[in-house]
Amino acid sequence: MTKVFTRPKSLTDKPFHYCPGCTHGIVHRLVAEAIDELGIREKTIGVAPVGCAVFAYEYFNCDMQEAAHGRAPAVATGIKRVLPDRVVFTYQGDGDLAAIGTAEIVHAATRGENITVIFINNAIYGMTGGQMAPTTLIGQVTATTPYGRDPGKAGYPIRMSEMLATLEGSAYIERVSVHDIKHINQAKRAIKKAFETQLAGKGFSMVEVLSTCPTNWGMTPVEALKWLEQNMIPCYPLGVKKEGK
Amino acid sequence: MSKVLMKGNEAIAEAAIQAGCRYFFGYPITPQNEIPAYMAKRLPEVGGCFIQAESEVSAINMVYGAAGAGARVMTSSSSPGISLKQEGLSYIAGAELPCVVVNMVRGGPGLGGIQPAQSDYFQATKGGGHGDYHLVVLAPSTIQEAVDLVMEGFDIADQYRNPVMILGDGMLGQMMEPVEFRPLSSKRELPLKTWATTGYTGDRPRNIINSLFIDPQALEEHVKRIYQKYEEIKKNEVKVECYNCEDAEIIVAAYGTTARIVKSVIQKAKREGINVGLIRPITLWPFPTSTFEEWAQREHVKAFMSVEMSMGQMVEDVRLSVNGRKPVYFYGRTGGMVPEPNAILSEIKKVIGGVSR
Amino acid sequence: MTHQIIIAGFGGQGIMLMGQLLAYAGMLEGKNVSWLPSYGPEMRGGTANCNVIISDEPVASPIVTEATAVMVMNRPSLDRFEGAVMRGGLLLVNSSLIDKKASRDDIEVCYIPANEIADQLGNSRVANMVMLGSYIAKTGAVSPAFVIESLRKALGPSKEHFITLNEEALKRGAECVKECVRR
Repeated sequence: MTKVFTRPKSLTDKPFHYCPGCTHGIVHRLVAEAIDELGIREKTIGVAPVGCAVFAYEYFNCDMQEAAHGRAPAVATGIKRVLPDRVVFTYQGDGDLAAIGTAEIVHAATRGENITVIFINNAIYGMTGGQMAPTTLIGQVTATTPYGRDPGKAGYPIRMSEMLATLEGSAYIERVSVHDIKHINQAKRAIKKAFETQLAGKGFSMVEVLSTCPTNWGMTPVEALKWLEQNMIPCYPLGVKKEGK
Repeated sequence: MSKVLMKGNEAIAEAAIQAGCRYFFGYPITPQNEIPAYMAKRLPEVGGCFIQAESEVSAINMVYGAAGAGARVMTSSSSPGISLKQEGLSYIAGAELPCVVVNMVRGGPGLGGIQPAQSDYFQATKGGGHGDYHLVVLAPSTIQEAVDLVMEGFDIADQYRNPVMILGDGMLGQMMEPVEFRPLSSKRELPLKTWATTGYTGDRPRNIINSLFIDPQALEEHVKRIYQKYEEIKKNEVKVECYNCEDAEIIVAAYGTTARIVKSVIQKAKREGINVGLIRPITLWPFPTSTFEEWAQREHVKAFMSVEMSMGQMVEDVRLSVNGRKPVYFYGRTGGMVPEPNAILSEIKKVIGGVSR
Repeated sequence: MTHQIIIAGFGGQGIMLMGQLLAYAGMLEGKNVSWLPSYGPEMRGGTANCNVIISDEPVASPIVTEATAVMVMNRPSLDRFEGAVMRGGLLLVNSSLIDKKASRDDIEVCYIPANEIADQLGNSRVANMVMLGSYIAKTGAVSPAFVIESLRKALGPSKEHFITLNEEALKRGAECVKECVRR
């Protein structure tokens, strides 16, 4: 019998702890597949965030470092400067990357740090119980915006991909989504391209992945995928935001 | 090698390079700016890497990453910047990574001032950040000693997989003295960094640098294991200088540049017929507790006095060590004011008058 | 023998360099030395001062509170540091910029027209070296040859042509101090 589907080598056999319907599992798999296909697992070092993906070091089957909240790009910088011939990636959520770690991500990008960032934007804090994220949509109800996000009180959603694309140091930035098969395939292509950008020594690469959080959004997994498509994509347009030569 | 006249900050930076440090991540703050500037110039010459980070927070996390990748790495700052590094230091201690951190202390709290102080003693010796941990804290009093301690500090960090802090002050950083860069007298057997994240090629288990232990039992075991390590450090690494303690009526406890001022006071006191001793902790953690215990049991020692550039921080450890055997007094200046020899001497006379009455 | 020296003036007068040259020369002679600057905002155009210790013994405190000698290059420095000279110590006053006389009578005071001499030499910036020349001649703390060697190290090979000028400044400083007598 021919095996047509198997676990990527770059994932351990540890079962994910993620909630039913959460798209972290999909993105983990896409990252692992890209690493496998590029044949770089032995020289890849990942940096896990603080957030739902805090245990990423248990899932990615490569050497890993666990960073403090928001500091993954600084930790990755330290690793990459010591080991410039290795592949270094961070995996960060929206609270980690776009709130507490804003300085770290902006400056890693502007230094043109030759690392790859996988940025999960699900418009909410998952691990701590559904608080407002910097990427929470206007009107979106969260534990800390119980009346919906009011821009007069809580500001506006932050578009990290567009922001980082303005920096000369960034080489490749794309926003993708994982709400259906077609978009998952596009996401895979983008993630692979981000690693290729690093392998070519072109500088900072980031893929922002629009994701769901059915648990904290208070929806079924299917409703959540639909909500992402209908509400998040209009606010966070998909596509390549930056591509160097 | 012949001696060179060097600023404390520059000598510390060169010592790090001589010790094999090839990575430095820092952020500007007075009075330690000569360290990053020196590193920015020197590291490229030796194939190393300097980054001026966007903040002290980022700098210490770059240290975390580089140390986790197996490199000898250093950062430096001064008090307000060291406060910002506490988060990273807690993670580094928790993940058991070796590195050297220099604090050229200035007066606080808050933005404070830029003149020399010793008011970060608690922060340095009691952990500083969250959780159960200690840094090894080395307190040089001359530039030569700073050079020697930086070089040994990297070895201590590697031997125990623990961050080491060099606790100086603005005065030590800014002043110049002759120094010699000489090989360490003690040769240590340093363990290979088999735990470093250099790529999982299959010839060893997967390496994970981490301080997260969600299961409380596992976390307790982890912390207890770190504390066993601390017991080893306490046993092996205490450094202390006893100066003129034989026959001393009163023993002053002082460290760093303050200890130098006290030495001047001791010479002055001698000319007036007063016998004053000095116990100078060189390691502030581990603290030379048994040295104080021993001298506290001597008949001729009537009292102890801690002299510090703070409102009284090390004095607590002196009291714990003397443990009620003799009275412990305190004299200090703070905010960047440096205690004057005459003022210290008159405090000593007051104490002697009080205890011999 | 321990020389405890304070040098003070305003930023740009080469105060720090004077101290460093003394310390460096002392080191070359095999003495124990330390150099301690004032630092901070006052470095930016305000007053500058440094403490230098040259001693046969290891240097304990690097801070000079009772100076064997004080050199003041401007008026505010005289006001601030005259009191720091130990009884019987030496005070060297840059009389080109300080019109006031010292008020103490328990110390030795020499008035050195350092800027006028420097101007005669064609470069007002060597006023500090004139003052240093006076100090060395008066105290013998270090030998002028070692000061020049230290200056060579400090300036680097590109500034070799300044050496003769500085040697001359040291010499003129030494000459003018000959006339200085105990008050």
